[in-house]
Amino acid sequence: MSHTSTRGLPHHPGNTRQKRKKTATWKLMKSNWALYFFLLPTVVYFIIFNYIPMYGIQIAFKNFSASDGIWGSPWVGTYWIEQFISSPMFWNYFLNTLILSLYSLLAGFPAPIILALIINYIASPRFKRVAQTITYMPHFISVVVLVGMMSSFLSPSSGFVNTFLSMFGIEPIYFMGKSELFRHLYVWSGIWQNAGWDSIIYIAALTSVSPDLHEAAIIDGASKLQRIWNIDLPSILPITITLLILNCGGILGVGFEKAYLMQNYLNLNVSEVISTYTYKIGLQLSEFSYSTAIGLFNTLINFIVLVIVNTVARRTSEISLW
Amino acid sequence: MPMWKQKNKIQQNKKDIAFDIATHLLLFLVLIVIVYPLYFVLVASFSDPQYVNSGKMLFFPQGFTTMGYERVFSDERLLTSYMNTILYTLGGTGLGVFCSVLSGYALSRKDLPFRGVIMAMLIVTMYFSGGLIPTYLLVGNLHLLNTRAIIILLGSISVYNIILIRSFFTTMMPESLYEAAQLDGCGNTRFFFAIALPLSKAIVAVIALYIAVNSWNSYFNPMIYLTDVNKYPLPILLREILITAKPSDTNAIVDDPAAAAKAATLVEVVKYGIIVVTTLPILCVYPFLQKYFVKGVMIGSIKG
Repeated sequence: MSHTSTRGLPHHPGNTRQKRKKTATWKLMKSNWALYFFLLPTVVYFIIFNYIPMYGIQIAFKNFSASDGIWGSPWVGTYWIEQFISSPMFWNYFLNTLILSLYSLLAGFPAPIILALIINYIASPRFKRVAQTITYMPHFISVVVLVGMMSSFLSPSSGFVNTFLSMFGIEPIYFMGKSELFRHLYVWSGIWQNAGWDSIIYIAALTSVSPDLHEAAIIDGASKLQRIWNIDLPSILPITITLLILNCGGILGVGFEKAYLMQNYLNLNVSEVISTYTYKIGLQLSEFSYSTAIGLFNTLINFIVLVIVNTVARRTSEISLW
Repeated sequence: MPMWKQKNKIQQNKKDIAFDIATHLLLFLVLIVIVYPLYFVLVASFSDPQYVNSGKMLFFPQGFTTMGYERVFSDERLLTSYMNTILYTLGGTGLGVFCSVLSGYALSRKDLPFRGVIMAMLIVTMYFSGGLIPTYLLVGNLHLLNTRAIIILLGSISVYNIILIRSFFTTMMPESLYEAAQLDGCGNTRFFFAIALPLSKAIVAVIALYIAVNSWNSYFNPMIYLTDVNKYPLPILLREILITAKPSDTNAIVDDPAAAAKAATLVEVVKYGIIVVTTLPILCVYPFLQKYFVKGVMIGSIKG
């Protein structure tokens, strides 16, 4: 609108155009003042609870003491981050976090895809619906209840898993106390809980595949496996890659809750991850600066991995987040 | 039809039959693995803990009893936690839905100057945050430690939900609708409440459920910010009962072994009852709203 009306003016057309544009923006803002009002509570919320804490990250480079406050505490540079990286426990916690999340990714990422493919090829609509309802269900169970169920079911004295095992003459196993089993339990209980829910998106993508492709393939005599390989998988590839990138972004973001809840002194050597360590250092030992530095380190690694994976995906498949 | 082609077709059919059998079997197995633990909890909650613990109860209730539930419903701490959880869930959901729907709608409007800047400001928070300690310090400075308000506030508004609502409005609401309304002299506020909101009932339901499930199950924030037992929501109490050993029982062991054993079995029967009582509300609501949930995930996948 503004540029058609400024066309005839010979002097400083850019300048005038800018001015006109500014007044147009101003007009729009004025006529839409109510929308800014709509946004106000949300913006205030994020400024208070996300942006103001970001200001507090500086204590990762300071020696924080409550009496001096965030601003007044003396700078110590990268002392805390160096201390964390050079601490004897560093590699232990770092690898625990990395292994746990890589294992979760490798086992947990294909599971919903396989489930979606299976459900997609179930002929009976009723069985399909029942299967979906049931597989989504565990998603709604809280982590606390999930871990509670695990410790009951896997208990060596009273759990049903050991009852079943004893039918085959296997001695009771104290699953939750064996550190070599921690990762398997963590990952597979996660799959139990979330594979169904995560499959929704793939089922949706599969149902939107054009039926013409399948009909043509059937006429050509393609088997169902061949159709999966040549039609279904290529058509869900874009969403798969997008989700893969997103998942890789959280590679060091092993959630606090489940790891913490599954922890006991027997499995601590594999169950202590960066997020649980940050919590213990920060709130149990009140080492505020050290804890913040560890958290910052974690966020940075996550971000770097996200950028790398996104770049690789963009170069190889032209699918990326940005 | 040539011989080889026909043979080929029969072979394909055989392969497909094998495929169908395999997938049906596999799915059936998966369903059993998912359902059995849930079924076990339900049945165990009505059974005599003696049978449950000795492994005699595997498929059907043994020694039917409602002792667990009686104990659960007479436990004052549990009732307090239950009320707290309901309060936090209602509060968080109300606040979250209110703010997300309003801001999601505003951000969907293409004629809103600086909406890109505001959107970017929100998205940044999905990848960067202050982290645990800076947030904790802030909450302390605001004098919100150990208050119910902070539990309701934190986590109620999520950028993901805002993007979901924004995508809903940009894809489902034609711009001409607003332009027409504007010509008729309908302002933003009236348009939103009279036209946009009624059209978006489904997405509002989805958001409400997302937030409600989240706050019902929320464990981290209450653990960090609450110290007063009377303000604890269910998950904190559940952890004590289900996962960590109760100190009261260990004391009892020293005093009276028989009483301790009795207390321990009681804990066992309460365990399953408590899981049912705290999980059932959500598991009961969800099948009726399943189609909306699915819709929500799909709108989310359109990409923000």
